Amino acid sequence: MTKYGRNAQAIAALVREAEVHRDVYVDPEIFELEMEHLFPNSWIYVGHASQLAKSGDFITATIGRQPVMASRHSDGSIHVFYNRCPHKGVKIASEPCGNTGKFFRCPYHAWSFKTDGSLLAIPLKKGYEGTGFGDTQANAGLSKVKNVVIYRDFIFARLSDNGVSFEDYFGESLSTIDNMVDRSPEGKLAVQATPIRYMHSCNWKMLVENQTDTCHPMVAHESSAGTAVKVWKREQGDATETPMAVQLYGPFMSPYEFYEQSGIRIWPNGHGHTGVANSIHSNYQDVPGYLDQMVAAYGEQRAHEILGEVRHNTVYFPNIMVKGAVQILRNFIPIAVDKTLVESWVYRLVGAPDKLYERALMYNRFINAPTSIVGHDDLEMYERAQEGLKSNGNQWVNLRRLYDDHEEPDVTAVINGTSERQMRNQFHAWAKFMTMDMDKDMDKRIEAAE
Amino acid sequence: MISEKDITDFIYREAELLDTMQWQAWLELFHPEGRYWMPLEWQQQDPVLQPSLMYEDLLLLKVRVERLAGERTFSQKPKSRCHHLLQAPSIVACDPGAGVFKARTSYIYTETRGDTLERYSGWASHDLVEVGDALKIKLKRIDLVNFDAPFGNIQLFM
Repeated sequence: MTKYGRNAQAIAALVREAEVHRDVYVDPEIFELEMEHLFPNSWIYVGHASQLAKSGDFITATIGRQPVMASRHSDGSIHVFYNRCPHKGVKIASEPCGNTGKFFRCPYHAWSFKTDGSLLAIPLKKGYEGTGFGDTQANAGLSKVKNVVIYRDFIFARLSDNGVSFEDYFGESLSTIDNMVDRSPEGKLAVQATPIRYMHSCNWKMLVENQTDTCHPMVAHESSAGTAVKVWKREQGDATETPMAVQLYGPFMSPYEFYEQSGIRIWPNGHGHTGVANSIHSNYQDVPGYLDQMVAAYGEQRAHEILGEVRHNTVYFPNIMVKGAVQILRNFIPIAVDKTLVESWVYRLVGAPDKLYERALMYNRFINAPTSIVGHDDLEMYERAQEGLKSNGNQWVNLRRLYDDHEEPDVTAVINGTSERQMRNQFHAWAKFMTMDMDKDMDKRIEAAE
Repeated sequence: MISEKDITDFIYREAELLDTMQWQAWLELFHPEGRYWMPLEWQQQDPVLQPSLMYEDLLLLKVRVERLAGERTFSQKPKSRCHHLLQAPSIVACDPGAGVFKARTSYIYTETRGDTLERYSGWASHDLVEVGDALKIKLKRIDLVNFDAPFGNIQLFM
């Protein structure tokens, strides 16, 4: 007997106007339903086209828990497949990235596939003559993910055949990716570093919510950022320049008023960002030569527009966060209801000074690494929440800060930066993308049973 | 004159300070320009333009040590403890004339907190300099055998 399976109503009831039921974080059945419905119905980040520079290059990824891979075909096109041999299901690629040459070859029985996924050859093919093999799905080669969009080199895929189009799904939220790419004087990003990987014993949604939680830094990070500020004050002596490290840590300790006025912008379908007017990334020291490069590339006005847009964290629902100003993408990969793998990627601004790449890499290891003191603060909170939510004393998580009962779902708005509205926005989208195909599924099941 | 035994004694002493949580005494082993580096790539050469887990100077190491004792450092309630099991260091260079002292030490490191215990294996490379009569750390490099795996919190020092 399942509590939530086939029951769109019960799932929708977990999300109230400004509260969510704890089952969304702790119930294994809800997690299974997220894998079955939410992730396939959403547009999920697969990788970056710079990782597929040459023909035959491939990367592997997961959508929900399903293994997928992307490859660069000989004609230059990029394809996304399910990462399994159509024969016995063996994963075709087992490394994060590589180059396969002209074709993929399954290591089990040597079935081979072109880099566009089509079947190239099967040893002893005559064994399949007259068997009806030509009518099977296997004959088509690697199963393709049909809905793939590459937006400014960011590869996104949606597994469900039917659903919201890429343009409607992301809408204006793509402006954060635009800003990150535009920060390169050549309008180009490159992945040149392995991601920092960090295992979290908590539900993936806690991480996503935390990205726009502006009332925690001065509290939870007093131990890390606060100590950094304190030690620097004591040790700085007559230093005239603040070290890059202190520039990165310091703004975490900004007071509530700073976050209130910097604002949050929300968009339909669960996307949103902190840092509208300004952000914790606004006051980093200028990197010599960079502005000149940008002015030369874009002209005075446009260069200042690009660099003046210093957003903090942009959540792309359901499970990535992009930081345009420091060129980082965090991918919150669900493993189990209480286990999440976080992969934090840095993009190099092609043509920009090395110092910017140095800063992005430094930020990534300060904040997103298993050795990061800021990370230690956050993970401690998530793990305590994962434990605390087992309590039956109160089964609801409260998201009511700056709630107003005229709030409309799925709108674009700029609001006070300490609001929890982006979290409410995410959960509204969560209920929508969890249940949008359930009734149809039910209809099909009923039809099949009749 | 610094001998090979001085280098190995230094490395054993350092591990003992960490295992007994004498953080201040440990910090004093560093040269003012010293660095603690945990690369993220195989045989990594560049700590600045390649990704690392840690690349920290004395200021940042002081922040870590001070944080460990902080009243509001909740990830240290309860506190972590650690244990270093070192193989005999292999001396890479011991050249008092040139002032070059280097060793590489294979280790198993254990970090515990509450009911959890995590083990890590790797190599520590010490690049030491002589200051007065004592050795100081110019660079301590930690290469984990599985540097690319996703870990939970690593809060102390390998």
